[in-house]
Parts: sequence; C-alpha cells; structure tokens
Amino acid sequence: MKRRTLLATAALGLGLTFGGAAMAQDKTKACFVYVGPIGDGGWTFQHHEGALALQEAYGDKVEIAWQENVPEGADAERVLTQMALSGCNIIFTTSFGYMDATNAVAAKFPDIKFEHATGYKRDHANVSTYNARFYEGRAVQGHIAGKMTKSNKIGYIASFPIPEVVMGINAFYLHAKKVNPAVELSVVWAFTWFDPAKEADAAKALIDQGVDVIASHTDSTAPLAEAAKTNGAVIGFGQASDMAAYKDGPRVSSIIDNWAPYYVKRVGALMDGTYAQADAWEGIAGGEVEIGEITDLVPAEVKAEAEAMRDAIAAGTYHPFTGPINKQDGSPWLAEGAVAPDGDLLGMSFYVEGITGEIPQ
Amino acid sequence: MFGSIDPALLIAALMVNSVPVMLAATGELVVEKSGVLNLGVEGMMIMGAICGFVTAVVTGNPYLGFVGGALGAAALAAVFGVLTQVLQTNQVATGLALTLFGLGLSSLIGQSYVGIRPPATGDLPLGPLADIPFLGVAVFGHDWMIYGSILIVAAVWWVLKYSRMGLILRAVGESHEAAHALGYKVTRIRMLAVLFGGAMAGLGGAYISLVRVPQWTDGITAGAGWIALAIVVFASWKPWRVLAGAYLFGGISVLQLNLQAAGSAIPVEYLSMAPYLITILVLVIMSSGRGKAALAAPACLGQNFHASR
Amino acid sequence: MLRLERRPSPSVFWERASPFLAVALTMVAGGIMFWILGKNPFEAIRTIFWDPLFNAQFASYSRPQLLVKAAPLILIAIGLSLGFRAGIWNIGAEGQYIMGAIFGAAAGLAVYPVESRLIFPVMIVVGALGGFLWAMIPALLKTVFRTNEILVSLLLVYVAQNILAMMALGELRNPEGGGFPGSRNLSQIPAMANPELIAGTGMHWGVVAAFMAVIAGYILLQRHILGFQIKLAGQAPRAARFAGVSPARLVVLCLGISGVLAGLAGVFEVTGPAGQISIDFNVGYGFTAIIVAFLGRLNPVGILFAGLLMALTYIGGELAQFMLGLPSAAIQAFQGMLLFFLLGTDLLTNFRIRLAKRKVA
Repeated sequence: MKRRTLLATAALGLGLTFGGAAMAQDKTKACFVYVGPIGDGGWTFQHHEGALALQEAYGDKVEIAWQENVPEGADAERVLTQMALSGCNIIFTTSFGYMDATNAVAAKFPDIKFEHATGYKRDHANVSTYNARFYEGRAVQGHIAGKMTKSNKIGYIASFPIPEVVMGINAFYLHAKKVNPAVELSVVWAFTWFDPAKEADAAKALIDQGVDVIASHTDSTAPLAEAAKTNGAVIGFGQASDMAAYKDGPRVSSIIDNWAPYYVKRVGALMDGTYAQADAWEGIAGGEVEIGEITDLVPAEVKAEAEAMRDAIAAGTYHPFTGPINKQDGSPWLAEGAVAPDGDLLGMSFYVEGITGEIPQ
Repeated sequence: MFGSIDPALLIAALMVNSVPVMLAATGELVVEKSGVLNLGVEGMMIMGAICGFVTAVVTGNPYLGFVGGALGAAALAAVFGVLTQVLQTNQVATGLALTLFGLGLSSLIGQSYVGIRPPATGDLPLGPLADIPFLGVAVFGHDWMIYGSILIVAAVWWVLKYSRMGLILRAVGESHEAAHALGYKVTRIRMLAVLFGGAMAGLGGAYISLVRVPQWTDGITAGAGWIALAIVVFASWKPWRVLAGAYLFGGISVLQLNLQAAGSAIPVEYLSMAPYLITILVLVIMSSGRGKAALAAPACLGQNFHASR
Repeated sequence: MLRLERRPSPSVFWERASPFLAVALTMVAGGIMFWILGKNPFEAIRTIFWDPLFNAQFASYSRPQLLVKAAPLILIAIGLSLGFRAGIWNIGAEGQYIMGAIFGAAAGLAVYPVESRLIFPVMIVVGALGGFLWAMIPALLKTVFRTNEILVSLLLVYVAQNILAMMALGELRNPEGGGFPGSRNLSQIPAMANPELIAGTGMHWGVVAAFMAVIAGYILLQRHILGFQIKLAGQAPRAARFAGVSPARLVVLCLGISGVLAGLAGVFEVTGPAGQISIDFNVGYGFTAIIVAFLGRLNPVGILFAGLLMALTYIGGELAQFMLGLPSAAIQAFQGMLLFFLLGTDLLTNFRIRLAKRKVA
C-alpha cells in the first residue's frame, strides 16, 4: 500500500507535468500497444490500419506512436508507463491481457486517456473499453456455410474457450443450422491466436474429417491456404482482415475488423473536448465489423440473403441471438422472439443446443 | 472415437507433418556423428524458412526457394562452425546463441514478407500408383519433397555405413585425437558436417514456409528444431530410426488434432501435451536399454578439438 | 598467417576484459545492423544503453525497472551456472520457472480469501518446491536411466507451458473474471502480494532473493566443498571421479538448486511484476538466463552485472522500438550477437594469437 501511494504521488506529479504540457501542445499524441507484430496480417495488422487511418484523417493535428510484440504482464505496465511519461494523450491497449496493466497505469496518470480493447474493467474515470460484435459477422458466415456445404459438415478453428470465441461458434452454428438442419459442426481448439503451422494442421484435420467449410477465430491465412490445396472442394472465410489473396480460391467472404471509425471518433472527441468515458461494443452498424466482399463462388440468392441479413443487423432489425434458443443441455435460454442481453453474451460459457462436444475447461 | 478418422488420410497427413523435422534431424545426425553438438537447429531451420520463402517469392520458382533456404541456413551454420571449430567456443552456448540470433535475424528479414502467398510446390505425378485404394492416398499422393526427404535419409545411411567418407566422419566423432594422428583434417571435416547439417535444417524450414503452411510469419517453426534434436537422440544416431522417430512425433501431433476434429472426449490439453511426453518416454526407454543406446553416442560429442601441433 | 596457441594458464586479464570487448564489438555490429535498417546507429545505441540510465525525462522510472527485470534473470542464472560449471546442462529453467509460479499461486489461491502473514512465505516455499520437483524429473531420469538432461528438461518446458494454459483456463481461473482465462491478480491481494519494499527502487522480494543468491553462490563456489566438486567435475571429470565425487549426487544437487532458484523466480514474478497466472505468463527468462550465465562467466558476481546488462538491453530495446520505430526482432538479433561476440572473445582467455612462422623444411 505504501508503495502505491508513494509511487502514485511521484508519478502523479510527473504525469501532471507531462500530461499538462502535452495538452498545451497542438498535436494530440495517440499511442498504441500491440500484442503481436504489425505484420501478422490479422488482429494487430488491423489495429495498426486503424491507427494509420487516424493519421490520415487528422493529418498534422495528430501524432501516432506504437510498440509491437509487447508481452502481457510486467512489461506491459512498463511500456504503458513509458508511453505516458513521453507525452501520449490517449493510449490504446489492443489485447485483453493488458487489462490490469492498463488500469494500474491509468491510476497514476489521470490526465491521460486509456482505451482497452476487449476488456471489462474500468477502475478509473480515464479508462474506457471497446470491443466489436464479431458474432454478427459469424452469423452471416454461418448462413453462407449452411447453404453451401455439400457434406453437411462445417468446421471451426477456435482459439481459447473464452466468451467471445464461444459466442462466435454459437452464432456460426445457429445460422448454419437455420438454413440446413442436417449440418454438423466440428470444433478444433488451437489454443493460440496466431500460429500458422498449427492452424494449417487443424484445418487439414478438419478437411480429413470431411468438413468442406471452415471458419476460424485464429488470425493467419493458413486455413485458407490449406483449403486452397483441395482445388475448390473446401471453402473458407477471411478472419480479422480481408485475406483478399485467396479471393480467387477458397475465400468466399470475410470478417474484417475495422477499428478506424472508432479510433477516429475517440481521438476526435478528445481533440474537441467532447471525450467521455465509454464502454463501446459496436458491430456492423458502427462500421467496426465489415463483411468482406462475397465472391461469385456463392450462388446469387445466397449472396443476396447474406447481404440482406447484414443490412438487417446494421439497421438493428435483426439480432443474431433471437429466441427460441436452448442451451446445449436442453435447458431454455431465450424464449420465442427474445433477444439475448449483452450480459449473457459477455459471459457466454455454453454451447447452444445441437453442438456436440464440450468446451474445454 | 476413432470411427471417423480415415487411416489413409492420417498416414498422408503425418508424412507431410514429419518432413521438416526429419530433414533437420538427419542433418543434425551427421553433425553429431562428427562429434559436434549443434543446438542451434531451431535458428537454422527458421533461417531456411525465411531465406527459402524470399527466394521463392523473388524468383517465382519454389525449387529455387528450397535451394535458397538450404544456402541461407548453411551460412548461419558457418558462423557456428567458425566459432566452435576455429575459435574454440563452448558448443552448447554457441548453439543457443545461434538459435536466438537466427530467430531475430529471420524475423528482421521477413518484415516485408508477411502474409504473402508463395509459388505453389507441385505434387509429384505418380500416375496410376496414386489410384491404389489405401496406399494411393496414404503414400503416393504427395509433393516431391516428401519422397526427397526419404531419399536423403537413405543416402545418409548409405554414406555413413558403406562409404569411406562416412567412415572418416565417424572416426572423427569417436576419437578426434586418433583421427588427427592419422592425418585427417578434423576441423575441416567437422566444418563440412556442420554446413551439411545447416543445409538440411534449412531445407526442413523451407518446407514449412513453402509447402506445409505455406506462408511466412515470425516463429513459424514453433520449436520444431528442438524436436529434431530429441529425435536424433532417441534414434540412437541411426538414420532409419530418425525416419521412424519423425513419423512417430508427427503422427502423434496429427492424431491429436484429428481426434479433436472427430469430437473425441479426451481433453484437448492432454492431447497437445502428448507428443512431448511420449518423446520423453521414448528417450528414457532408449537410453536405459541395457547400456547399448548409451554407447551409440559418438564418444567425442560436444568436445572441442584443437590441434596442438 | 594467424595461429592459435594455447596459453599455459588462462589469462586473468582477458578473463575480466573480454566481456567488455564483447559489448564494444556488439555495439559496433549492432550499430551496423541498425544502420542497414535505416536508423541512426548512434541514436539507437544511445537509446538502448544510455537513455534508460540517464535520460532526464524518464530515467528515474526506468532505472528501478532494471532491477525488476534483472532479478529473475540473476536468480535463475546463478542456479544454472552451478550446473553448467559441472557440465550439467539445465536448458529447462523456463519450465521450472513456470511450475514454481503455478505451485506458489495455487498454494495461495487454495486458501483464498484467508488473510495471514504466513501465506506469502508458504507460497514462496511451495513455489521453490514446484521448481525443484520439475527439475528432479530430468535429474532422476539422468541418474537412473542415463537420459540426456538437455532434451528432457527442454521438452518439459513445452509440457509446463501446456500445464500453464490448463491452469489459467481451468483450476486457477478467476471465478470473478468474466469467463476469461487468467487467475486472480495476486499482486493486488495483500496477503499474497510481492510489493516494492522501498518505494521508487523497484526492489521487491525477488530482487532481495537475487542478491542473496549471488552472495550464496559466491560462498558456495569459493568456500564450500560442493563448489570445489562442481568446478572439478567440470574441468577434469575423471579426476573428480577418483576424488570420490559422486556424479549422481552432483546431478541431483545442481539440477535441484537451479530448479529451486528458477521456481523462486517464478513465484516472485507471479506475485509481483506479472501479477497473475495467465497463458502468456512466461516470457523466456529461463532461456535468457542461460545467456546471462555465460555473459557473467559462470561467476556469481559476473552474473550480477551480466543480469543488469541484459536487463538494460531489454529496457533500452523497448525504448528503441517505441521511440525510433526499431522492430522488436532487431533487439533479439542484437542479444544473439552479444552472446556470439562474448563466446568469441572468450577465446582470448585461453589462447594466444600468434603470427605463424613458416616452417623451415
């Protein structure tokens, strides 16, 4: 406790000096902490695209800085502190694992804004959280998958058994099943967010099991590369980024993480004084989740249906989790017509009825 | 649980999965037979992966890519060779430094090559053989590197056992003092062995980035180099056992993913630990086998040689 | 023509001076590498080596961070150096570090939310035990079955990482964590925390333990019979056997000590800087400690300085990434180069470089 007070006081002094000085500057400095390399072509790459869009939107009024490959834990806290000490006005931490570090450092620098992606702790007034409704994209993917599978076996390469991933699996399955009651879902848990070799192996294992549509929650193009080897027998989706290199092959659509609108909005608010603490969870409507171009491999009416679903979600007239939906064990979850509350989704730890297999504990 | 796993597809998958490790292990076997312990296999493999990838993308030819991968890794191995053979540095530490440096350097080189799709390596057209019901899918439907890797194992076995060059190499590994007294250039032979080991590891790495995944990202080898080192030991430094070991490890890795995909009830975490635990188990069995396996290690393994006159 | 001639006895001058030469050579080679990458080499070297110590803007923050970063490295390296001197290669310190953290955290969380002054000491002891047990696996396999300890200890690192993932997702998962992987934040629980003992210095119990380990290591090697046996076994194995040194006992003791120290490092990290058991808890200290051990010439006092130097390259490297846009891979390559040069310059301790005279026929 003593340490916290002493260090906090010292840092507070420093922070006020620098935070104050920074405010007086013309430029707003937006800093980004990345968990992986910018070149991963997936999660971090898209965040960086958002950062670059920020620079483009505001030109000289904004300065961006970043650090990649920052491990979660003690190093994250140090990096954040260093960023704060060197004049950042708003810091975006782009991974769940930075939660405690973000809050701890935010306590010491109350004049600097902290934005934590995919987290839920907002211990201090200067911490905001943001996330994207990826499950909306999964719903569209599921629809396409259900319609296009010929073997009635669809596959999912999942990363870690956290609510966000389970949400995606459920949304994908529900919408495939809706258009194709005979469909079966196989899930392989890769226990990594990004490991091309492992993802390729997982995709191959699924393909060997007879799966002909693969969706993944892991970030590399490896599953698509694996699908490409089947010469058209297996289709897949781009994940996090468009993965357009595979458009002439297995990639029939994609979910694109588009952080640019959110970043531009928040930094804009900071610059014109309207910034307020927020807990944002935007989806297709807010532009954060984009459905990548649906290619011609998809039959015209399926494409039209998928695009209609996307537009309905965007307009707010359709929610991917609308009842009646039961849990895997048969117990009811959503009544007819009921829409899943955000709280249920954020803590989702169960499969919906019809999925065989268990979520690893 | 096993019902829906097709054995033919499983065998096909494991053959693909095992190639990088098999190549790297065969190379390391030659290196260790000459008495040098090179722990830098991981670094050399990943250098091979990026050099191979860059060469293939720049020239548009995947076969040149493999050559480029082998050369790049051999260049890195040369650094190791100079440090340990000429400058007499500690082999274990130098090997570890090689891994660290290789990982960092490959990542630097690969900065602008992430996410690019390389030219595709073709399958070897084996015509009617590929149509045989079980074996066709399992064994005959592969790209040429898979058969190439088996040929390399066979070649290494033959050279070590029957050729004069192999005999000299083994002599250097068993007793470098005696070999030196007989007039053989110990340092040069070991350097050549190290370069060969590097080239093999490079081929293995290039296979990962050009065929198995295929793309480039940081750390794409994910520990394959260490597995290769383990396989050399539990193969008792015999080439054909390296093949068996690589297939065993590759097989378990592929099996665990297939079991998951087939909806098996075994918890995922145990499945993903299985390859490593089984490798340890086999290592223990091999090294305790009535002292014979313990004698199979080249006697001068890990010891530096310095000619005093 | 240059020739290497073995010195009759190792040169004391070069033994002390070669690390400095190595660092100087690394700065030159590293500078060239940074220049090839398009960065100003002098600025890069200054950012890495000078700024964390003396930069007016943030050195008062980064200096204590050096101790935080160096403590686990020094602690593990002392343990490793004993084994390395005796020719016992413990490459699996990373796994022992992880198991120490898991055991310690589990001990504390098992009795949560009981408050008692005994909890932290018990966690430390259990953590040390965890590392010890994990190191006993290769030790026993080597003494009983003659299995190579390099490979067993290394493969066990992968096993430990899997167990870490299992714990973070399962048994040790924070029940109030929203379904996300990761344990409770131990550094925020007073009974279990490993706080900064003197504010602003970064000294937590792990740092204290590191200093104590340096002193203990020095005394062991210089004054204790075990130290003598270790040195003898490494330099003259047959003489050691004649002197009655039991190889099995040495293996168990060396691996045991390094296991204990690595486990301690783990539990101090998880209760302090890192804070929680998470899937990415381990960041490679077990492997970097190997470099630190060699950099310090396997000598306890040398390891103390080597650990601080290595910590400097980490923290300076982070700064260089953030302030100069240097890719993180460059720092890794830089550290690899440091070890290469170090090993190379060691040559001068044992060999003289002579101009060879042409032999008269």
